[in-house]
Amino acid sequence: MLLLGLAVVAWVVARARATRLQTAAPKGAMHSLPSYHGWYVALWALLPACLFLAVWTNVMPGLVTSSVLQSPAAKALPEDDFSRGAILGEARAIAGGNQAAAFNPLAQPLVQPYRDAQSRYATGGVILALILAFAGAAYAFTRMRTDFRARTRVERLVMGALLLASLIAIITTVGIVASLLWESIRFFSMVNPIDFLFGTKWSPQSAALGYGNENAFGAVPLFWGTIFIGAIIAMVVAIPLGLMSAIYLTQYASPNTRKWMKPILEVLAGVPTVVYGYFAALTIAPALRDFAVSIGIHGASSESALAAGLVMGVMIIPFVSSMADDSIAAVPQAMRDGSLAMGATTSETIKRVLIPAALPGVVGGVLLAVSRAIGETMIVVMAAGLAANLTLNPFSSVTTVTTQIVQLLTGDQEFDSAKTLAAFALGLVLFIVTLLLNIVALRVVKKYREAYE
Amino acid sequence: MTDIAPRNPTDWKSDVMRRRIARRYGAERRFRLLGLGAVMLSAGFLAFLLISMVGNGIRGFTRTEILVPIDFSTAPMLIDPAVLKGANADQALANAGLPNVTNLAAIAAFGPKGDELLSPNAWLSVRDAIKADPSILSGKKTLSLPAATGIDLAAKSTGSPEAEAAYDKLKQSGSVSTGFNGSFLTASDATDPTQVGIWGAFKGSLLTMLVTLALSFPVGVATALYLEEYAPKAWWTDIIEVSINNLAAVPSIIFGLLGLSIFLNLLDFPRSAALVGGMTLALMTMPVIVIAGRNAIKAVPPSIRDAALGVGASPVQVVFHHVLPLALPGILTGTIIGMARALGETAPLLMIGMRAFIATPPGGVTDPATVLPVQIFLWSDEVSKGFVEKTSAAIIVLLAFLLAMNGLAIYLRNKFEKRW
Repeated sequence: MLLLGLAVVAWVVARARATRLQTAAPKGAMHSLPSYHGWYVALWALLPACLFLAVWTNVMPGLVTSSVLQSPAAKALPEDDFSRGAILGEARAIAGGNQAAAFNPLAQPLVQPYRDAQSRYATGGVILALILAFAGAAYAFTRMRTDFRARTRVERLVMGALLLASLIAIITTVGIVASLLWESIRFFSMVNPIDFLFGTKWSPQSAALGYGNENAFGAVPLFWGTIFIGAIIAMVVAIPLGLMSAIYLTQYASPNTRKWMKPILEVLAGVPTVVYGYFAALTIAPALRDFAVSIGIHGASSESALAAGLVMGVMIIPFVSSMADDSIAAVPQAMRDGSLAMGATTSETIKRVLIPAALPGVVGGVLLAVSRAIGETMIVVMAAGLAANLTLNPFSSVTTVTTQIVQLLTGDQEFDSAKTLAAFALGLVLFIVTLLLNIVALRVVKKYREAYE
Repeated sequence: MTDIAPRNPTDWKSDVMRRRIARRYGAERRFRLLGLGAVMLSAGFLAFLLISMVGNGIRGFTRTEILVPIDFSTAPMLIDPAVLKGANADQALANAGLPNVTNLAAIAAFGPKGDELLSPNAWLSVRDAIKADPSILSGKKTLSLPAATGIDLAAKSTGSPEAEAAYDKLKQSGSVSTGFNGSFLTASDATDPTQVGIWGAFKGSLLTMLVTLALSFPVGVATALYLEEYAPKAWWTDIIEVSINNLAAVPSIIFGLLGLSIFLNLLDFPRSAALVGGMTLALMTMPVIVIAGRNAIKAVPPSIRDAALGVGASPVQVVFHHVLPLALPGILTGTIIGMARALGETAPLLMIGMRAFIATPPGGVTDPATVLPVQIFLWSDEVSKGFVEKTSAAIIVLLAFLLAMNGLAIYLRNKFEKRW
C-alpha cells in the first residue's frame, strides 16, 4: 500500500519535472512524453522494492526461527528435530493468533521471543523496502534528461510483461503433463501398466481394503463405458440431429428463421452440464427404465448408459451443427450452382454434392465432438452409475473414466494410496486420447480447407 | 464418323416422367421435413428441459405455512421489550426461548404432536414478527409459520401417509397457506430441505468468479496482444499457440487434477477455498479469452495501425492507444462467454474439494466455500424428497444468471460490432 502510494508520488513528481523540462527545452528536443518519464521513475520505485519484499517474505520465517533459537528460552528445547519443530510450530501459531493456548508447556515461553523477532524482522523488511523504493526512484530521477529515452525503456518492460503472460499457457500445459505423469509413474510402480490398460476387472475398493493391487485396476470396462456412452450413443443422437439441423438452417430456412433458431440451438451448448446431469438422472433415466421394463428387458437399472448418452448427445448437437455449418459453407458456391443448373433438386444437390464435398470437415467436427463427449464429467457422474460393467446392453449401468476419477478423488483417503493415484493414471489416458483426437481432427479440417482454397 | 442416334426429346408429359418427378419432389419434401424435424426436436428438447426445471423449481421458491395462534402474554419467555429497540435485539430474542414458545403454541393448537408439524426454524419467523411489531408480546397473535418438510411435501405433491393425514386435517381446519420462501435466497446449505438457501453457494460463486476474472482477463488479453501484434515467427511462439489451442480442448476435469496436485499438494493452498477454485477456473478460461481476443484484434483493420505508425506512434502506443480500444468490445464478449462457462463448471471444483457441506457463507477468498453448480450437484444426491424442488429452484437461479450473462454478451456484440 505504502509502496503504491510512493510510486504514485514518484509518477506525479517526475511527470511535473519532465513537463518543466519539456517547456524549457527547444521544441522537438525532448525524446519522450512527460508521462513516460513519470512511468519510468514510478516503475523504478515500485519494482525493486516489490521484488525485495517477495524475497523477504520467503526468507523471513527462517531468520525469525534462527533468532528465536538463540533466545534464552529456547535452551530448554529437546534436541531431536522433530519434537523441536512441533513446539516451534505451536509457538508460531500462538504468536500469529491462530491458536489460543499452548498444548506443549515448552511452547508458551517461546511465544514472546517469536512475537519480538517477527515484529523486528517485519519492520526491518518494510524499512529496507522503502529505502530501496526511494533509492530506485532517486536513481531514475537523476537520469532524467531531455534526450533520455524513457519511452523505449518503459515499452521494453511492457513487452516483457506481455511475453511473460503468454508464457503462462506453456507453463500450464507443462504443469498438466508433469503432474499427470508424475502421479501416474508412482501409480505404475505399484500396478503393472499392462494390467491397467488391458485388465477387465475394476474394483479399486477391494484394493483399498487390502486385497492387493493385482486384478483390481483393469481399466478396460471404464474405457468401454466411455466409448459406449460418449462415442456411440451420444453420436447416434448428435450426428443426425446436428447435421440435419445445420443443413436445414443453411439451405432451407428463411433468414428470419435462421436468425432465431441458431441462438436457440446454441443455448443447448450453454446449459451447464450439471443441469443436464440432473435432468438425465431425474427425468430421462426413470422414464427409460420404465420403458425397458415394459418391453421386457432384464437388468434395466435406474442409472443407464442410454440416459447419459442421450442427454450428452443433445448437449453435443450445437457443436456438431456449427462444425457442419462451417464446412458446408466452405464448399464453393460454383459446385452447388452447377448441380442446381443440371436440374437436381435442392435435396439431391445436398446429398450428392454438398455432403460428399464437406465430408472431411464434418468428420473432423465429429472427432472434436467425440473428444468433448468423452471428457464430459457431470452427466455421466449423475446418470451413468458406478458399476464397472462390460456390457452391450444400453439399459444397464456402466461407468466411465471421468466418473471414476471423481469417485476415486472425492473420498478422504491419504494421497499415496494406489486408489487415488489411479485417478491420475486415468486422467493421463484421458488427456492423451483427447489430445490425439484433437490433433487428428484439426489436421483433417485443415487439409480439407486447403483443398478448396 | 459414327452415326449419332436420333434422340427424342424427353417427354415430360409421359406417365413415367411424371411419376419420376413426383418421386423426386416427394423426396425433396421429405428431406426438408426431416431437417425441420431435427431442428424442432432439438429446440423441443430444450423447451422440455426448461419447462420441467421451471415446473419443479417454482415450488422451491414457495413454502407451506401453518397458522399458529401464539399467546405471548402467558408464554414462558424472558424478554424485556426495551431490549428490542437496542442493537443486540437478535441476541436477546435468540436467548429468550422462542423455539420452546413456538413448539408449545403448536402443541396447544394441534395436539401433542403439533410441534412436529412446524419446521425446526419456525421460531425465526416468530422472532421476525416480534421484531417488526414488539407490541404483540403483550397479547395473542396468530402467525403463519413455515411447515415441516413432510407437511411441505404433502402439500406440494405426495408425502408419507402420516404427513398426508396430518395435512388433510390442517387443511380442513383452514390453517394452511402458501407463501414466498424468502429464506431460500438468503440462507445457506442445511440438512433440512425447508431450511436450505442458496446465498452461501451464490456468494462462493461470486468470489470464485472474481478471482477467475482478475487472473484470466489481464493474462488472456496480454497473451492475445502479444501473439497477434508482436510475436516473432519462431519455434517458441508456435509452441505457445499450440499449447493455447490444446488447453482450450482439454477436458475440464483434467484442470481439476492439475489444481489438486499443484495448487493443493505442491503449493499447499487452503482446501475448498474460492481462491484455488478461481485459479483453476482461470487456467480454463484463459484460452477462451485468448482465442476470442485474437479474433477481435485480427478484425481491427491494418490501415489503423499504419495510420498510427505513420504519425509517429511507437508500436506499443499503436496497440494500447488504438488497437486495444477498438478490439475491446470483442474481447469483452469473449470474456463474458468464458466466464459464463466457468460459472456453470462443476467437475474441476469437485476435484479441489469444494464439495464440502458449508452452512455459512464464505467471508473471503480463503474460506471454505462451495459454488452454485456444486451445490446443485450436492442437493441432487440427497435422499430426502424435499430437495428435488430445491435443486430445480437453484438450477433456475443458475440458468437465469447464465442467460443474463449471455444476453449481455449478445447485446455488447450487437451494439459495438463494427463492419470495417
